[in-house]
Amino acid sequence: MVVAINISLATVQEILDHVVDPEIPVVTIAEMGILRTVHAIQDETGMLFEIVITPTYSGCPAMDMIATQIRMAMLENDIKNFRIKTVLSPAWTTDWMSDVAKEKLRSYGIAPPVGNSTDAASQLPVHICCPQCGSTQTELVSAFSSTACKALYTCKQCLEPFDYFKCH
Amino acid sequence: MSSTTNYILHLADDALIMSQRLSEWTGHGPVLEQDIAMTNIALDYMGQARNFYQYAASLLGGNTTEDSLAMLRKEQEFKNHLLVELPNGDWAQSVLKVYFFSAYQKCLMQQLLDCSDEQVRGIAEKSLKEVQYHLRWSREWVTRLGDGTAESHQRLLHALDHTWMFTAELFEQPGYHAGWVNYEEIKFYWREELAQTFTEATLEMPSQSAFQTGGLEGKHTEHIGYLLAEMQYLQRVYPNSQW
Repeated sequence: MVVAINISLATVQEILDHVVDPEIPVVTIAEMGILRTVHAIQDETGMLFEIVITPTYSGCPAMDMIATQIRMAMLENDIKNFRIKTVLSPAWTTDWMSDVAKEKLRSYGIAPPVGNSTDAASQLPVHICCPQCGSTQTELVSAFSSTACKALYTCKQCLEPFDYFKCH
Repeated sequence: MSSTTNYILHLADDALIMSQRLSEWTGHGPVLEQDIAMTNIALDYMGQARNFYQYAASLLGGNTTEDSLAMLRKEQEFKNHLLVELPNGDWAQSVLKVYFFSAYQKCLMQQLLDCSDEQVRGIAEKSLKEVQYHLRWSREWVTRLGDGTAESHQRLLHALDHTWMFTAELFEQPGYHAGWVNYEEIKFYWREELAQTFTEATLEMPSQSAFQTGGLEGKHTEHIGYLLAEMQYLQRVYPNSQW
């Protein structure tokens, strides 16, 4: 096996920065906080990169796809000395989503999470802005929606239904 | 098999059977949004089950995998509570089951956050957020049905009649426990939670004190056999098949 020994950690990070969320392809897994870290480690076979990811929800069906996309991105760059590790703790939270990611969600038509995750679990916030027209005259239609991480709202101003990325 | 491994399998089995049952609502919910709600909850349980099975498989070693634990064990080997294997019944029965189980799971996961096993702590931390959301959703439904129309109230009473006898098993300490959980504490919290919701839902706490139990030791209701037959069919008929 040819091992690209002269690949730097920075190069790997840059490659991973281009891997997008398969369900919301306008944001990257790094911006979402799914990609936790990447580091170079030594094991019996030599140096390898360990890529650490964490699921948004326990049953997120996108995790296998995300791991596959990472694998493809690495192999396309001729990097074979890596492994992907999934960790659960600390548990993923929407607090890790960057402001850039939140803005991208909004322009994609998904209302980004509002507030802090620590008190989010027991209640949904009152005012969610419509990502289409910006109105706060919105109402919850369903606490669950197209994916585990979203709730369904409708805007009373422009009458459009939209997804809200739950604060988690 | 060690007590700890058995206990982790017990946690996994509860989540898997809960998931399998609730997923039967797919395409059958009363309205689309609630169909999606129920099946999203089922998906969360599936994730929790996978996390526990993967960990149990790593402790057992050899050829054991998360799939062999879920798909190739017999009904007597499953250690889930009887409550989770009950048929779904009508919407009232299903939401009441989710409510009872979520109230139990919330206190359970909170205690597991402080257990001595790092991996279990991680799974509990992840699960707790989801469980709280399930609890809120199902609590709303119990209130809505109980304090709703004459029919919805009646349906909920019927559901309560049907389900109550299976609730005390939730506070039973399994013989193979790992010493992580205080079941008296769960019982206390669970009853507090119910007392509050039942008042809002205009329901009375049942006084019935005869309960069904046995699931923790693999003594199940007849229902689980049918559930496993459907769930495990493919793997039994086409061994090692994958997709």
